[in-house]
Amino acid sequence: MSKDMMPNFELLQPTKLADALSLLDRRGNEIWKVAGGNDTYAWIKDRIKRPKAVMDITGIAELKGVRETADGIEIGALTTLTEISANATIRQKFRVLADAAGRVASPQIRNSGTIGGNVSQDARCWYYRYGLNCYRAGGNTCYADTPSGMNREHALFEADRCVAVSPSDTAPALIALDAKMVIRSAKGERVLDADKFFVGPSVDIRHLTATKPEEMVVAIRIPNTWAGSKFYFEKVADRNTWDFALVNVASAIKVNNGVIEGCRVVCGGVSAVPRYLKVVEDVVKGSKQNEETAALAGKTVSHGARPLNYNHFKIPLMENLVKRAIRDAV
Amino acid sequence: MAYDLIGKNFTPPDIYGKVTGKAKYAEDFRADGMLFCRMLCSPMPHARVKKIDASKALKMKGVVAVLTADEVPAFPPPNNPILTNEPLYVGDPILAVAAVDETTAQDAIEAIHIEYEPLPFTVDPLDSLHPGGPTARLDGNVANRGIKLQTIKWTAKDFAVAGEGQLPEGKPAEEWSYGDIEAGFKQAKVVLDESFVVAGYSHHCMEPRTAMAYWQNGKCHVFGSSQSQSFAIPGLARYIGIKPQDLVFIAEYCGGGFGSKGAPYPQMAIPAHMAKKTNRPVMMRVSRTEEFFIGQARAGFQGRVKIGFREDGRIVAVDAYVVAENGPNIGFPDFRNFGHTISMVYQPLAMRWRGIPVLTNTPFRGPQRGPGANQTAAAMEPILDKAARKLGLDRVAIRTINAPDNNAKHGHERATVTSAYLKDALEKGAAKFNWEEKKKLSGQRKGSKVIGVGIGSAFHPAGLTGFDGLVRITPDGKLHIHTGVGNLGTYSYAGTSRVAAEALKCKWDNCIIERGDSRKNLPWNSPQVGSNTSFTQSRTNYVAAMDAKAKLLEIAAMDLGGKADDYDIGNERVFLKSDPGKHLTYAKAAQRAIELGGKFSGKEAPQDINPITKASVAALAGTGLIGVAKDKLDIKGQPPALAAGFMMIELDTETGKFEILEYVGVADCGTVIHPQNLANQIAGGGVMGIGMAALERHIYDPKIGIPGNVELYQCKPASYLDAPAKFAWDAVDKADPASPFGARGIGAPLMGCSAAALVCAISDALGGHYFNRTPIVPDMIVNAAAGRPQSHKPLQVNTQ
Repeated sequence: MSKDMMPNFELLQPTKLADALSLLDRRGNEIWKVAGGNDTYAWIKDRIKRPKAVMDITGIAELKGVRETADGIEIGALTTLTEISANATIRQKFRVLADAAGRVASPQIRNSGTIGGNVSQDARCWYYRYGLNCYRAGGNTCYADTPSGMNREHALFEADRCVAVSPSDTAPALIALDAKMVIRSAKGERVLDADKFFVGPSVDIRHLTATKPEEMVVAIRIPNTWAGSKFYFEKVADRNTWDFALVNVASAIKVNNGVIEGCRVVCGGVSAVPRYLKVVEDVVKGSKQNEETAALAGKTVSHGARPLNYNHFKIPLMENLVKRAIRDAV
Repeated sequence: MAYDLIGKNFTPPDIYGKVTGKAKYAEDFRADGMLFCRMLCSPMPHARVKKIDASKALKMKGVVAVLTADEVPAFPPPNNPILTNEPLYVGDPILAVAAVDETTAQDAIEAIHIEYEPLPFTVDPLDSLHPGGPTARLDGNVANRGIKLQTIKWTAKDFAVAGEGQLPEGKPAEEWSYGDIEAGFKQAKVVLDESFVVAGYSHHCMEPRTAMAYWQNGKCHVFGSSQSQSFAIPGLARYIGIKPQDLVFIAEYCGGGFGSKGAPYPQMAIPAHMAKKTNRPVMMRVSRTEEFFIGQARAGFQGRVKIGFREDGRIVAVDAYVVAENGPNIGFPDFRNFGHTISMVYQPLAMRWRGIPVLTNTPFRGPQRGPGANQTAAAMEPILDKAARKLGLDRVAIRTINAPDNNAKHGHERATVTSAYLKDALEKGAAKFNWEEKKKLSGQRKGSKVIGVGIGSAFHPAGLTGFDGLVRITPDGKLHIHTGVGNLGTYSYAGTSRVAAEALKCKWDNCIIERGDSRKNLPWNSPQVGSNTSFTQSRTNYVAAMDAKAKLLEIAAMDLGGKADDYDIGNERVFLKSDPGKHLTYAKAAQRAIELGGKFSGKEAPQDINPITKASVAALAGTGLIGVAKDKLDIKGQPPALAAGFMMIELDTETGKFEILEYVGVADCGTVIHPQNLANQIAGGGVMGIGMAALERHIYDPKIGIPGNVELYQCKPASYLDAPAKFAWDAVDKADPASPFGARGIGAPLMGCSAAALVCAISDALGGHYFNRTPIVPDMIVNAAAGRPQSHKPLQVNTQ
């Protein structure tokens, strides 16, 4: 239950990445990394998560900004969502990411919220956020998936004890763009495909990403593979601002002479990880980008859905959004 | 009629403080040595506190005191307690801790060990009414104002007869009827029998109900967040356990109340008790989460209406039943307002109303903008549309034929109204919205997007009588308008103050509004609630001004000769009508009033005014010419606030989302006092109605009784981007005969008409699919459009 009062905690404020990584190397298990704080501070003020130390990384200048590389772009983890949504290169080459970033929460949150934070944020299952000792919190039950559980916002797919979903708007766009997540620790760097970065409860029920305590996301690289493709992003939420997606969809489509040569379509809000819908590419590749193809694509995506008490609406919603993501991509 | 001030735009004086940040809300005050206190709130939906061990907490550095329910006044159940040893919902405050800062206080709370005995609970009224169902309190499951706390269970047969889709109609707590409803149904062309749910939800005042208090010279000073000023004093004094005259109450600014801060609320007294215990000033800042717990909520409805229409759409009979979700305590009579509102807005020829307020283990309920009335609008207006479809009638026509006019009757008493022009409002709205053309767009489809149009009409009572007015003209020629009505944020305190200025023909620049602090010697005024300020305060300020005017004329006659009747006022002078050159300025008259003493300077006061006004007059005595009187102006009937809303949306059947393309709101509020402010109210009420119709939620897990939306983002009040793309407004602007310059109140129904218009527009876009439920959220629309069943049962509550 929320306490709504910030406790005292040790605050670390490194200004160099090397210093941050060194701190993590020594104290990774007791340090909570924070950038914009939009996810973090709610946990801490509610006194549900009790980190021994909080490391504010916003002073690390080298993690900020968008850089063009030989093979695409590299976005520093501390680049704000507002900056991403307005960045000319991103808008020109990878518009789906700009659109997704521009639909996150509210202007205030986008001004402080970072891309690194958006992809690293925790689950929004209300039982979990309430502070109940559920599977994801380290307990041995799920309160959302009971005969009377209030689970309208929860998962259709790949639930494994926990039925929480991926809350990020930018994550589907990044997977659609085949982005690479750059993760650093004192021991070095590793790069994960975006769709390997996000993990479901069967892999790690306590975390939504593959980042380890001693590591941090430092950048996101987007290869030119999908630059200039047709894109589509749509988020359906109850409110038009400051709300999480019921379902969102991102697509990148290569079309030549009206025929789809390849595509990547990803849905958020339907499983613990953004759901990369490889099946859509199998269905639409070689077909014209039109209503018929799109409708066919939509019909394929809900196979295997296991609706809970209150979320079967996500089946038609997801089907409709995928249809639009093919038909209306521009 | 044209006035100098009434009907003209102006800048209310408190705006400057708000835009510059100089305005001081309760949380902005500080006092030397001030402690902070925090509440320990129940983690359980219903429990008995068996043991409190605060020994560790009290030993912590910086912790000063713990205050428990045993140390504060107790009020007989089912009144809202200040603190409790039998928490009745998750978040019910059990004790408070004072410390040198809030972090320390919260750390101390975490060190307190409480032994609870868990007790049965319920979050669904129908579950509680079921034979053998859970009961929210140990001492009953039904209560409200005027209904004693008792246990009522319906029979299994009641439930079986109704089936799952209709509201069972077991024993009500109250009922009334007029006319012959059976005969009415027999002559009806169409009879509908509709069960519905209107969800209750929290108020979410932007300013949480923070309070600070200290004791000085035997008086308790409270800096609070309140819609009402003078009206709050007796109740708050009772919560503190002192006499009203020993309370100094400062509430200059209020960051929203929506009804929940209209009367004093129990937790406002916690800092006062803690300050007494610690002998230090105490601030209790209420957090956003705590505001969810103690900030009250609107009562939810599970209802059923059988309604008969003649061929021409006239409603001939209504049989209405409502089960209100009352929270665990006394609640508010929303359930009664359901019946009363139907009787007013639709003027049925015969009607029966039955109702029962059922206790649940959810936050305590209080009035929220149009309590009961706006739920009624959201539930009833789509039923009118359904009937119009069956009868082949226009949707404006089916409303106007039933709309109240000056001959309207309401309630089972068949009471009258002072005036009513809902038909005019509907017709004005139809013209401004261009209903005839817009309705042709209904159902027009472009891809997955379809146009829907809807109309809503709504009502709330809009005026009280019997309060006092107090004005003062000082020797510098200024008119001081003392207003104790409070400042909810609607600026009506200022608009109605202009009634006194208009009546005394004063320039607005020469007027000073005295308010927001009982030390400014304010009169006993109405609570700033229920759409009544414009009417009620117009009357009090008018009678005070008239008293001042009589005294001005009398002084002029004394000083300049002749009789009082020979004189008139104008241009801030009292002058001889036959020779305007013979005059006294207000400044001079005020000086003379001081010299004359007695009633002129407030040394003597009328006998029939409230003790609070009397004390204010006594304190002001000798400082100017005092105008003071109790409102005893003639009144015949109930002043109503009536409103009509017209909305056009574009609904996406694939996503369940819609965009509000246009909204037109029309007020029937008598004479418009302050046009710009009325426009703000129509827009603000309109946006709040959007929340009620389609966004705001109040969810509880029925198995463990915990709330799913304690955080503001989870509650989903309408945001800027959910507001209409295009907004317009109008007013009937016909004077009410019972109000000195013709004004009636209007705040409440401006929300109800918008909520109803949106509900109707959504159903219209879906070709006449009626959800019989609010809020209508995207998943319901997606399911309806896809031909899928809804996830919730027809009468289920706390679902979205």
